[in-house]
Amino acid sequence: MLRFIVKRIGLSILTLTIVSLIVFLMTSIMPGDIAKQILGRDASPEAFEIWNKEKGFDKPLVVQYSRWMGGVLTGDLGTSFQYEMPVGEILGPAASKSAQLAIVALILIAPISILGGIVAAMNRGKKVDRALTVGGLSAAVIPEFVWAVVLILVFGVAIRAFPVSAFPDEENPNIVSSVYHLILPSIALLFVLFGYISRITRAGVIEALDSDYMRTAVLKGLSRKTAVFRHVLRNALLPTIAVIATQVPYLAGGLIAIERVFNYPGFGNILLDAVIARDFPLLQTAVFLTGVVIIVFQLIADILFAVLNPRIRQKVTE
Amino acid sequence: MTDETAKQAQQTVLSERLAVLRKNKAFIVGAAILCFWALSAIFGKLIARYDQDFMDYEYINSAPSGKYWFGTDSNGRDVYSRVIIGSRIILVISFLATLLGAFLGASLGLAAGYLKGKFDMVLMRILEAISAIPVIIIALLAVAAIGRSSSIITILIIGFIFTPNVARTVRAAVLGESELEYVAAAKLRTEKTAHILFREVLPNVLPTLIVEFTVRLGYAIFAVATLSFLGAGLEAGSPDWGTQVADTWSLIFTNVWWPTLFPSLAIASVAVSINLISDALLEVFEL
Amino acid sequence: MNTTPTLELRNLEVAYTVRGIDRQVLRDVSFAIAPGEAYGLVGESGCGKSTAAFAAMRYLPRNGKITKGSILFEGQDIVDINEDAVAKLRRSAISMVYQNPATALNPTIRIGKQIAEVFELNGVSSSDAMMMAEQALTRVQIADPARVLRRYAHQLSGGMAQRVVIAMALASNPRLLVMDEPTTGLDATVEAEVLDLVRELRRDTGTAVLFISHNLGVIRNMCDRVGVLYAGALVEQGATSDLFSNPSHPYTVGLLRCIPRGGLHKSTDRLDTIPGTPPALGLKFDGCVFAARCALADDKCRTQLPQMVTINGAHVARCFHSDKASSLPRSVEQIEYAPQVTGHSTKVGDALLNISHLSKVFTQDGHKVRVINDVSLTLGVGETLGLVGESGSGKTTIAKLLLGLTPPEEGGVVTLDGKGLAKTLNRRDVADVGAMQIVFQNPDQALNRRHSVTRIVGRAVERLRKFSLADAIARAHELLSGMRVEASLHSVRPVQLSGGLKQRVAISRAFAGAPQLVVCDEPTSALDVSVQAAILNLLVDLQKQDKTSFIFISHDLGVVRYISDRIAVLYLGRVVEFGTSQRVFSGPFHPYTEALLSSVPNIDGSTRKRIPLTGSVPSPSNPPSGCVLNPRCPRKAGSGYETLCETEEPNLNEVEPGHFMRCHIPMAKLKQLQS
Repeated sequence: MLRFIVKRIGLSILTLTIVSLIVFLMTSIMPGDIAKQILGRDASPEAFEIWNKEKGFDKPLVVQYSRWMGGVLTGDLGTSFQYEMPVGEILGPAASKSAQLAIVALILIAPISILGGIVAAMNRGKKVDRALTVGGLSAAVIPEFVWAVVLILVFGVAIRAFPVSAFPDEENPNIVSSVYHLILPSIALLFVLFGYISRITRAGVIEALDSDYMRTAVLKGLSRKTAVFRHVLRNALLPTIAVIATQVPYLAGGLIAIERVFNYPGFGNILLDAVIARDFPLLQTAVFLTGVVIIVFQLIADILFAVLNPRIRQKVTE
Repeated sequence: MTDETAKQAQQTVLSERLAVLRKNKAFIVGAAILCFWALSAIFGKLIARYDQDFMDYEYINSAPSGKYWFGTDSNGRDVYSRVIIGSRIILVISFLATLLGAFLGASLGLAAGYLKGKFDMVLMRILEAISAIPVIIIALLAVAAIGRSSSIITILIIGFIFTPNVARTVRAAVLGESELEYVAAAKLRTEKTAHILFREVLPNVLPTLIVEFTVRLGYAIFAVATLSFLGAGLEAGSPDWGTQVADTWSLIFTNVWWPTLFPSLAIASVAVSINLISDALLEVFEL
Repeated sequence: MNTTPTLELRNLEVAYTVRGIDRQVLRDVSFAIAPGEAYGLVGESGCGKSTAAFAAMRYLPRNGKITKGSILFEGQDIVDINEDAVAKLRRSAISMVYQNPATALNPTIRIGKQIAEVFELNGVSSSDAMMMAEQALTRVQIADPARVLRRYAHQLSGGMAQRVVIAMALASNPRLLVMDEPTTGLDATVEAEVLDLVRELRRDTGTAVLFISHNLGVIRNMCDRVGVLYAGALVEQGATSDLFSNPSHPYTVGLLRCIPRGGLHKSTDRLDTIPGTPPALGLKFDGCVFAARCALADDKCRTQLPQMVTINGAHVARCFHSDKASSLPRSVEQIEYAPQVTGHSTKVGDALLNISHLSKVFTQDGHKVRVINDVSLTLGVGETLGLVGESGSGKTTIAKLLLGLTPPEEGGVVTLDGKGLAKTLNRRDVADVGAMQIVFQNPDQALNRRHSVTRIVGRAVERLRKFSLADAIARAHELLSGMRVEASLHSVRPVQLSGGLKQRVAISRAFAGAPQLVVCDEPTSALDVSVQAAILNLLVDLQKQDKTSFIFISHDLGVVRYISDRIAVLYLGRVVEFGTSQRVFSGPFHPYTEALLSSVPNIDGSTRKRIPLTGSVPSPSNPPSGCVLNPRCPRKAGSGYETLCETEEPNLNEVEPGHFMRCHIPMAKLKQLQS
C-alpha cells in the first residue's frame, strides 16, 4: 500500500513538473514581446532593455525557469507587473474568496446531484430518468455566464429574490449574509455541474443494480429497498465520489465567468485581470497553482479510493 | 431456419436501430435546431433583416417590436439580425477547432494505443499535464501569451486544448481493440502496422470517434462563447454571441434585457441541440 | 407421502420485450418437481432454460413478463403474489445458485457478513448469525472456514466462490434449490468436486432441485428426471435413464448423436449434426418448433402443434413421429472443397512439427513467472495433436509461441517441415507465416466486424498466396463455399452470421494460405453441441483432403479424444504426459491425466470412481518444489516415492515407445495403483 502511495505521489510530482514547464514555456516562447506590451510600442529601445534586465528576461530560459520554480517552492511567488506587489499577497485573499464560493457551491451541488443520479438510476428508462439525464446534460453544456446572466435577470432583476452581486456591501458581513450572496452564483454552477455528477452517479448505481451480486441479494430474500441500501449504494457511491473529486476541479474554470458576472473578487477575477494586463508573473503562478490544486485533489481521491476499496487495496498491496 | 432468414433477421435489427433514431424525439429536436442555425450560418445575410452594423439612432435600446423583433442594442443595432449573422462565427470556429482537435487527438491516440511502450507513456504524461489545467484557463493563458486574439488563434488554441481529451478516448478504444484477435489475425497474414492501424483498427474506433467529436463540438461552443464573453476570443466589435452578451449584459440592471437574452438563448440552443444529437448517437452506436 | 409437487410449472409462457416487440421465450411449458427430486432442464443456448429457472424464482429481467400459465410452489400459485411475499419465499423456501459465482458475491463486503445476512433475515442475532455462517461454510467442506469468513470475493478461487454461494443458498434450509449452470466455466476437476458436493448435500437435506445445464453429461449424473427444451418448448421429458437410453424426440436423438462421447474417434466414427440453426428469439410457429430442422418432418409437423405423447410411463415426447425418432436419418453434410494446390509432397505420418525446449517467462509486478517450462513435442503430417489441461496450464501461450505472436525464451526452437522458424512473426517470410495459421476460440473477436466475409478471407489469400485481388476474391469464394458458407452470405459482415458460420469463416481464413499446420484454440467452446459437431466434421474432412496437421486445444476431453492422434497433457506450463491418443487414453495414466479423465461427467451413465485432486492449482509464480503436481497428486501417498516427489522434479521419460510421462512412479507401480 505504501509503495502505491509513494508511486502515486511520485507520478503527481512528475505531472506537476510538466505542468510548470508547459505554463512557463507558453509564456516565454510564444510570440509577442512582453516588454512591448507592458511599456507600450512607443517606449525607447533602451527602456525595453532596462526593463527586460530588471525583470530578468535577458537571462537564458533555464535560468528564468529555475528562478521561478525555486521561488514558488520557497514561497516567493514573484512580483506582479500590474500591482507591483508580491503575487502571494494578491492571490492569497482571492484564493480564499474563491474557496468560500466553491465550498458553498459544493455543499449545494453534491447532495442534489448525487440524489438526482440515484433517482434517475432507480427509475431507469422512465420519464423521470429521461428528464433528469437529458435535462441535466443539456444544462451542463450551456456556459456558466449564460446561466449567470439569466439567473440575474430572473432572480435579481425581475423578482429580486437574491442580490445580484456575490459580495456583500456591508463593512463586516456576517456569515449568513455572505452565504446569501453566494447562493445565486452557486446555482449557476449547479446547473453546469449537475449533469456531470448525476450522470456519473447514475452510471455507478445502474452498474451496481445490474450486478450479479445485487441479484444474489434480492434472491436471498432482501426487499429491493434493503438490497439497494446495503449492496448498491455502498458499491456505487464510492467510485462516484472519487470521480467527482477528480472531475469537479476541471470545472473550476467556470469560476472565472461566474466571478466576473457576479463581481466577486476571487481567484478567477484576478486571473482574468492578469490576462488583460499581460501580468505574466501573476498569471504564470496563478495558472500553475490551479494545476497544483487539481492534481492534489486527484491524488487524494485516488489514494482514498484505493484505501476504501478492498479489491484495489489488495492489488496494490501485492 | 435457413441462413437466408438469419440474414433477414439481422437486417431487421439494423432497421430497428435506425427506427430508434427516428423515434428519438430528443434527436429530432436537436437536429432541427442545429439545422436552423446551420442555415443561418450559411444564408445569414438573407435571413437577417438589417446589416449587422446598421445603427438606427432613433431606436436606441428599444424593446422588441414589429420593426425590431428582438429589439435594438445601445447602438441602435437590430438584435435579431446580429443573432442570425453571429451564428456563422461561433459555428465555424467551433467546428474547425473541434476538427483540428479530433484530427490531432485521433492521430496521437491511435499511435499511443497501438505502439504502447515509451511513446505512449511520455505522450500520456504530457497530455495529462495539459488536461490538469481547466480549458478556459489554459486558453486565457495562451491568449495572454500571444498578445492578441482572433478567430484563427481561438481555433488553434481550442483545437490544441481538445487534443488530449480526444487522444485519451481514442487511445482507450484502440487499446481495447488491439487486444482483440482480429489484430493478431492481421499480423498472421503479414500486414504492415499502418494497414492494421488504419484499415483494421480505425474503422472499429470510428463510432467512438464520431460520438467524441459531437461531444467536443458541444464543448467547443461552450469554450468559444465563454472566451469571447471574457473578451479573449475574437476581434472586438464582432457580432459574435459571446461578445454581444459581454457588451450588453450590464444593461439588464436597467431592465434592458433583450440585447443580452437573445444571444444567450442562441448559445444555449446550439449547445443543447448538439448535446441532444450526441446523446442519441451514443444510444444508437450502443457505446 | 406428500403428493403435492414442490414446484410445478403449468402451461407457462414468458415473453421478453425487445425493441418494442414481445418475443415469446417460453411456450406452454409444464413440468413438476416432487419433494426431494432433482429435475434437470437441458437445451442449447437460447432455448429458455435459464428463463424457466428465473421464472421459478419470480425473478425475470426488466423486459420480461409472464404472459400465461402458473407457477405453483407447494401448491400455491406464486405468479401474482406481491413482492413482500416473494421475498419471504426466497428468504425461507427457495434458493438459487448461479453461473459465475465470482460475480455473484458482493466485492466490497466480507464473505462472512454476506452469509450471515441470510440468517439475520430470518431473525437470528448478528453474533449468532456469524457463528452459523461458519457452520454453513463447514457444511460445504471449505477448509479453514473461519479464515474464509473474513475474506472478500476476489480472494477466492472459482470453486471456493461456488461453495460459498451454495452455503449461502442452503443457509435458509430451502425446500427448493434452483441451480443455473452451477459448474459452467469451472475447470473439469473443480466441476467434479462441486457436483460431488451437491450430490452429498442433496442426500443429507432432501432438497428438491431444479438443475439447469447445457451439458448432457452433467444432467445425466445429477438428475432423477430430465426435460429437454427447444426454442422455449418442452419437447421431451422422462426419467433420466429412460430418456438417455431411449430418446424419443428427433431433437433429443440428434443432440445425443452430436456429442463426441467416450471412445469415438475421427478415424472410424463421423459425428451426426443437426442441420440448420435454432430459430430467432420469439419466432412464431404454426406447427412443431423443431420441424424446420427435422429430417422426419412432414406437412402435418409444419402446420399442427404436436401434443405430448406417452412413450413409456412418465416418459413423454412432443412429436408426431416419436416411434420413428430412433431411426432419424443421419445428416450427410460434406465439404465441397477444392484441394489446395501446394508443393508439399510429404505423406501422412512424416514428421512435420518439432518443438524443442520451448519456455516462456512473463514479468508480472516485477516478478518473473515461468508460464511455459521446457516444452518439447512432435507432430506428423496430417495428424492432430491435442493439448489438454486446466486453465492456467499454458495451452494458449504455447499456441502464441508457435505462431510467433510472442517470442519464446532463448533456447526454444520450432521446426516446421524441416525448417527452423524465426522467433517472431515479423521475421518469418510469407511462406512460413502462411504455413502455420490459427482458428481462435471467439470468432466475434477474431473477425473484424467492420469487414465483409469476402474481404476477411480474400485479403488473407491475397497476402499469403500473393494472388492478384481478383484471383484472391475468386479463391476466397471457393474456400467459403467449400466450407458451406453460401454465396449469399459472402458480402455480409460477421455480425450477421450465426456462431457456427462465423467459425466457418475463421476456418476459411486459416486455410487461405494453404497451411501445413493449423492451431485450433478452443474453436468450438463457444458453440452449442450441434454446431460443434458440424465444425469438427469440417475440420476432419479438411485434414483428410489437404493432409493438414492440427494442434487442437480444448478443455473438453471428449472432443480432444475424438479428433486427436496424439495428446499432450499440460500442467503448470509443463508437459506431464505425451503420446498417441490410444496410449494416453488406455492407461496406465499419469496421475494428473487420471484425475482429469475421472472428473468428466459420463454421458453413458456408467459410474466411475473419481480420482480427486486436492487443493487448487498453485500459482506459476511460486511453483511447488519437487514435482509440481506433488501437493495435489492422488497417487503420491502410498506409492513409496513420496520423498523423491517432494524434492526432485521428474523428467519427461519415454515409458513405452511413443509414450512420455513426467512422473517418478514407475509404470508398473502406476498400473498396479490404477487397477
